[in-house]
Amino acid sequence: MDASSGLATDPHPSHPPSPGSGAAGDPHHHDAGHDHHELPFWRKYIISTDHKVIGIQYGITGLFFLLFGFMLMMLMRWQLAYPGQELPLIGNALGRLFGPGSMPDGKMTPEFYNSLGAMHGTIMIFLGIVPIAFAAFGNFVVPLQIGAPDMTFPKINMASYQAFFVGGVVMLISFFVPGGAAKGGWTSYTPLAVISDKGPTYDPFWNGQTLWLVGFILLITSSLLGAVNFIATIIQLRAKGMTWMRLPFFVWAQFVTAFLLLLAFPPLESAVVMQLMDRIAGTSFFMPSGLVVNGAPVNISGGGSPLLWQHLFWFLGHPEVYVLILPGMGIVAEIIANNTRKPLWGYKSLVFAALVLGFLSFIVWAHHMWLTGMGNVVSAFFQTTTMIISIPSVIILSAFFISLWGGSIRFNVPMLFATAFLPMFGIGGLTGIPLAFNSADLYLHDTYYVIAHFHYIVAPGTIFAVFAGIYFWFPKATGRMMNEFWGKVHFWPSLICMNVIFLPMFLQGMLGMHRRWYDGGQGWTLSGEKVWGLSGFEWNTPISIAAWVMGLAQIPFIINFFWSMKHGKKVGANPWEATTLEWTAPSPPPHGNFATTPVVYRGPYEYSLPGRETDFTMQSEPMRESDRKAYEAAAAVHH
Amino acid sequence: MEIPYTVTARPDTGLWNAKVGIWLFLASEVMLFGGLFSAYVFLRLDALPGHWPHGLLNVPVGTMNTAILIASSVTVVMAWASLKMRRFNAYWWYMLVTILCGLIFLGVKLAYEWPEKFVHFGARIKTEALEKYEPYLGNKHLLAKGRERRIEITGHLHNHEALHDPNIHEYEIALDKVNAEPTNPESDRPHFWPVHATDKIAHIDKKDVEFAGMFLPNFSTYFATYFTITGLHGLHVLGGVLVFIYLWLPVGANLYKRNPEHLANRVEVAGLFWHFVDLVWIFVFPLFYLL
Repeated sequence: MDASSGLATDPHPSHPPSPGSGAAGDPHHHDAGHDHHELPFWRKYIISTDHKVIGIQYGITGLFFLLFGFMLMMLMRWQLAYPGQELPLIGNALGRLFGPGSMPDGKMTPEFYNSLGAMHGTIMIFLGIVPIAFAAFGNFVVPLQIGAPDMTFPKINMASYQAFFVGGVVMLISFFVPGGAAKGGWTSYTPLAVISDKGPTYDPFWNGQTLWLVGFILLITSSLLGAVNFIATIIQLRAKGMTWMRLPFFVWAQFVTAFLLLLAFPPLESAVVMQLMDRIAGTSFFMPSGLVVNGAPVNISGGGSPLLWQHLFWFLGHPEVYVLILPGMGIVAEIIANNTRKPLWGYKSLVFAALVLGFLSFIVWAHHMWLTGMGNVVSAFFQTTTMIISIPSVIILSAFFISLWGGSIRFNVPMLFATAFLPMFGIGGLTGIPLAFNSADLYLHDTYYVIAHFHYIVAPGTIFAVFAGIYFWFPKATGRMMNEFWGKVHFWPSLICMNVIFLPMFLQGMLGMHRRWYDGGQGWTLSGEKVWGLSGFEWNTPISIAAWVMGLAQIPFIINFFWSMKHGKKVGANPWEATTLEWTAPSPPPHGNFATTPVVYRGPYEYSLPGRETDFTMQSEPMRESDRKAYEAAAAVHH
Repeated sequence: MEIPYTVTARPDTGLWNAKVGIWLFLASEVMLFGGLFSAYVFLRLDALPGHWPHGLLNVPVGTMNTAILIASSVTVVMAWASLKMRRFNAYWWYMLVTILCGLIFLGVKLAYEWPEKFVHFGARIKTEALEKYEPYLGNKHLLAKGRERRIEITGHLHNHEALHDPNIHEYEIALDKVNAEPTNPESDRPHFWPVHATDKIAHIDKKDVEFAGMFLPNFSTYFATYFTITGLHGLHVLGGVLVFIYLWLPVGANLYKRNPEHLANRVEVAGLFWHFVDLVWIFVFPLFYLL
């Protein structure tokens, strides 16, 4: 590797490193040039301004909430499979924990079921996936991938995490106030959300729905601070030579995501403020005239518009879908390129598709509102834009599939999850098309079909991408590998259970089962119709069992995660033999990341470059004559 | 570890970090106020005839506040320009004027404009009882002129306990001029100068009233949007003033001695935010005071 000796810091070993070779060696070596002194524990890990620590804080907190939100769903699955029956073993204890009105005698009340449903959605999306997929991976990986020492505004970055943390605590507290957590669904549709959790038994402030709104204001503040930071970092702190078209696709995905958060969340914040005013100051932003509740007219001025809430909510809500999926696509892109050992197919198409996707996601929101009677013209417009937005999604997915073509694929754990992402996301995406047509949606709206559709995108889609990312970047964050065998023990049951959970939901939905039923459809006569031997209601049982088994399947992951931090196989800077800049920094990278700012000479996925000794050529590796020839030959083929 | 481009611009983008940051932040602020203004449009279009009031706000005072805010936008630019010319004394004075302008704006809002609403009473009359209160509403007169009918009787409430006590069956109010002389052509259009309540007393039976109360956010969707938007705007003014005070205090002078360009950049960023706050008011003023 004669050429690389020109670099001031040569993080590459002179032989191709293999996992665990530890060739990049002593991580403290790079600290020598810094004014380095040990910080006390709380400065280093609790109120740190280091992007890597903040990323890990986001990741750990997010994983906690992901597990917590999943546990809420496991409880709901009991009620759906065995409605009205006592939950064995833990039912009574849960009843005591969540207070009277939650699970008396171990049986779930409808109010508690509604709380679980609303909070499952809220927690999974806003406290689980967004913090992990966007904030954790973005914070940890983006500055490393663009060759930056940190985010542009480290203190604001810290404030972002703190606002998120307090917002999460507020959401958790809401479970333990009189009446329990919010019950209006994760969408908090008005006027129901305004009139719920109100009355003599509720506190005017310390009640579920009000705390939900307060928590949201904190979460939106957090995402705003994060989004500004990400965009500014990507614009301002790219290393020398890191031009826009040399950015790893992951960075592009985070860049577009940050814009979605920056521009789509504030209208929801305004809506949240208005709903808070409706609840606390008695205004009628979302309260129509002549509203009657429990047989009595409500003493409000009226004149408000329930539809206004839906417009403002979904103006966030739809871009939010892409906030959930784009970081996942970014992670998958990195892992596919790395494990097929060849350049990602159609890099430019991917970048432009992501940009178009981001833009279009702002003008499709009303396809969530077909049943509100907005009118034909509005529906026709949103139906058209929704059809168009499937094009960039398909471009991205196709590029990933084509990238697999002809590769000698390494099926390590990250790659297993990344490969599984593709068909799972495909199923989720394709089943969305009937929902995009307003005539088909009239029937499918608010059924289990919708649940199955979007869970295929976020659960075996984004969450698998998240797992892939954790297994992939874990050695960078800790300097140790996660265990491969237990990773596979985690992967296979998860993949099977995901499908056993969500595939039958398409059937249930097409039978007409409503997503918010408390008794799982037991009281609904048409659910007696049998599909593949089971009625709509009876399908709940295998689904629920699969959900609980999937819960068990996460145990190997949790143990593997913590065990590997201390006892995993030690690795060097570049265990996956990858090409992007984060793998030039030591594992784990010190404060400030790079001893000297790296210089970038080429695109992000230079795998199997002809004329090279190794099958990966890092972005920081200077050009050689053989490279030029290889690039010219490749260009000649294309034109 | 140093973050690059905090004071000097990055050559290829031509920007320093905080400038990128503030423009992005302002973009999100546009969306935040955009959400509220779209609520204004939605609710106003949805409002039934007579439910969207006109002429309730004090236009001269609003105009004065507008002028004060615009003036402060000018002085903050002067403060920044003074720093660029390295004239710290001029900066200090311009910044002081900016801070005072912001404080006057807030003072007028909190000490005069808002409290004035809190003591004003209105009762919205049920459709079937409108006929009964014709002497206060003058709807025949308005109808003949092809104007929107009135459904509200406003003024100063004499028996405040009527708001809560179910045993009191009527509101006693000193009428606003518009209800005291409903057929006076002067009352047809909103007044530029504020008109005070008259001595004329009216009694309104509670059972004829659809909704009654002081001019608080819950009185109508108009006041709900008015208080929410001006309240949020007021918080932005307060935030701007606090940042200006921080930069004006000795902290600013110390930073100036170390790195005058850094202080200039900070003033520029804070100033950009201030212009945005000003701009929001340029929308608020006509939407609520004039239209």
